Amino acid sequence: MSNTSTKTLLNGIFKENPTFALVLGMCPTLATTTSAINGMSMGLATMFVLICSNVVISMLKNVIPDKVRIPAFIVVIATFVTIVEMLMKAYLPAIYDVLGLFIPLIVVNCIVLGRAEAFAAKNSIGLSALDGIGMGLGFTLSLTILGIIRELLGTGTCFGLTIFPDNYGMLLFVLAPGAFIVLGLLMGLFQKYVKK
Amino acid sequence: MKKLESTLKNMILSLTSIAVVAAVALAGVNMLTEETIKAQKEAQKQQAISAVLPEHARIAEAEEADEYVIYRAYDAADHYVGAAVQTETNGFGGKIKLMVGFDADSHIVNYAVLEQQETPGLGTHIVEWFKNAAKPGQNILGRKADGKMTVSKDGGDVDAITAATISSRAFLLAVNNAYNALHGHDALSGASKLQHAEEQMPEEVLSTTSEEQETNEFVSQD
Repeated sequence: MSNTSTKTLLNGIFKENPTFALVLGMCPTLATTTSAINGMSMGLATMFVLICSNVVISMLKNVIPDKVRIPAFIVVIATFVTIVEMLMKAYLPAIYDVLGLFIPLIVVNCIVLGRAEAFAAKNSIGLSALDGIGMGLGFTLSLTILGIIRELLGTGTCFGLTIFPDNYGMLLFVLAPGAFIVLGLLMGLFQKYVKK
Repeated sequence: MKKLESTLKNMILSLTSIAVVAAVALAGVNMLTEETIKAQKEAQKQQAISAVLPEHARIAEAEEADEYVIYRAYDAADHYVGAAVQTETNGFGGKIKLMVGFDADSHIVNYAVLEQQETPGLGTHIVEWFKNAAKPGQNILGRKADGKMTVSKDGGDVDAITAATISSRAFLLAVNNAYNALHGHDALSGASKLQHAEEQMPEEVLSTTSEEQETNEFVSQD
C-alpha cells in the first residue's frame, strides 16, 4: 500500500476522527449508543453508506455540474441509505427495531455529505473508497467505545454479557445526560493522547 | 474527461439521469426484500401468538376489530382453550404493542412485547418485568384478568417498574384493554375506550408532562 493510501485510511480513524476530532454526526452518536451493539450497528450502517456514496460520487464527479452537485450527492446518499434500511428490515429486524428512525436519518448525517463534498468530489475512486472505509471505521470505533462505556456503567453488561448485576448500574449513563458526559470525557482524552 | 459546464441543459440531464438510476436501483432492492420483510413480520407475530397461548391444536381465523386482533385457540377435541389478543397503547416513548394470551378462565398465560420505544434501561424492562415468577408482586402471569389491573401506586396490586411508572401503567392498560376486547366490554368504540383510558390513568398523569412525572418518580423511589 502506498504512502498516500495508508494516510487516507488512517486519517479517518485518528487525525480526522468524525466523532472526536471533527465532531460531526452528533445526533446518532448520542442517541444510539445506549449499548455497545447498537452503537456498532449504527456505525457499520453509516460506514456502508459512506463507502458506497464516496465511490459513486467519485465516479460521477465529472458528469455532475457544479451548481447541482449538492442535490445530486443527496440523491446518491439517500439511495444507499434506503437500500441499507430495506436490507436491515429484511435480514436484521431486531437491530432495525432498536435503531429505527436513526437509519433513515443517516441521509442528513453531516459526515456523509461532508466527505462527498470535501473528498470524493476531488479525488480518485480508489482513494475515495479508502477515505470511506477510514471515516466509517473511525465512526464505528467511536460509537462502539461510547456504547461499551455507557452500557457497562449503566446496566452492568457488555455486548449483552453481564459483568456485574444491573442493580449497581448507574441509569444516568444510559439516559441522554450520560451520553454527553461520556462523549465529553472521551473527546478530552482523545485530544490529549491521540490527536497530537 | 473535462468537468461538465453548469448549463441548464447539463444540469437537468445530469440530475434527471442520477434520479432515474437511483429509482431503478431502489425498485430492484425493494422487490428483492419485500417478501422477506413481510415474512419476517409474519414469523414474529406467529411466534408471539404461540408463545402466549396455552397448549392448543388449532388457532381460529383472526378476528380484527379496531386496533385489536383476537386469535382464539382450540384443543384437539375442539374445546376453546384460550385466546391471544394483540393490542396497543401509548407508552412513555411511543406505541407499545403487545400480544397477551389468556386461558379459557381468563388467567393470563403469557405476554410478548411486539413493539415498544420505551427508555432503554427503564421502560424497556416491560419486556421481562411482569413475568418474573420469583417476584409475585410484579408477576402478572397466572393472575386472573379482570380488566382492572393497576399499579400499586394507583391502589392496585401490581408492582410497577422502578422509575418507570408511566411505562408500567401503559403496559397494564394494554393488558386490560386486551381482556376487555376479548370479552366485548366497551372495547369496540373509540369513545368508550378513551373513557376507559382516563379511568386507568390518574389525572395528575394527564395534566403534568410525563417527563416531570418520571423524574419525580426517580427521586422519590431512590
